[in-house]
Amino acid sequence: MAVKVVIPTPLRAYAGKNQSVEVSAKTVGEALAALTVQFADLKKHLYSDEGKLRSFVNVYVNDEDIRYTQKEATPVKDGDVVSIVPSIAGGMRV
Amino acid sequence: MIGATLAVSASVAERIRAHGVETYPHECCGAILGTDDDSGRSAIELVPLENRRNDSPRNRFELTPDDVRRAEKTALENKLDLIGWYHSHPDAPARPSEFDREHAWPWYSYIIVSVLQGQPKDMNSWRLQDDRAAYDPETIRIEG
Repeated sequence: MAVKVVIPTPLRAYAGKNQSVEVSAKTVGEALAALTVQFADLKKHLYSDEGKLRSFVNVYVNDEDIRYTQKEATPVKDGDVVSIVPSIAGGMRV
Repeated sequence: MIGATLAVSASVAERIRAHGVETYPHECCGAILGTDDDSGRSAIELVPLENRRNDSPRNRFELTPDDVRRAEKTALENKLDLIGWYHSHPDAPARPSEFDREHAWPWYSYIIVSVLQGQPKDMNSWRLQDDRAAYDPETIRIEG
């Protein structure tokens, strides 16, 4: 299944400056794995050292947040658009 | 990125400070829209946003992915890029915390304004290093 993964602006430098990348995958997890195999430098910005998606990294299939579907096991089909969107968090120590 | 500079219009700088004062003693936050090209990076417009961390707004802020998508859409509609984010540190220095670092991406400009006892003080900008190990300071050049 050919799906389009939209790369957010801050991460394009780690993805060959592409705005989007086509990968072959049956699930969101497979799509992200294919993306990070192709562009290894992306991995540390999407995944923690333990290999889990970072808490502030959100993934949408078309307009659906995968947290509310089957997370990384969410199936994808030909023509789907997978978007990577950060939630922004921070704050002073204490 | 050592040596990076962010041009900020005087009115944008003033609006960040004013937002920090308005929400004090809670953290303010918002999106920074602007341009980034061969001539450098400029902060031109702001999208003030609501801090979603109702449980500890004095020392944390959070924006949802929907907030981010809306800010990206606003940038697109104004033919600008979403170049970064700002927030305040009430009664704390204008430098990023470990919590900030864990929740950041490179490339974005992160402006922090220190608000001490309700008064805006230092305002600094930071960019996360490629290896995520630390931030580099980004020089703010006030224009206009």
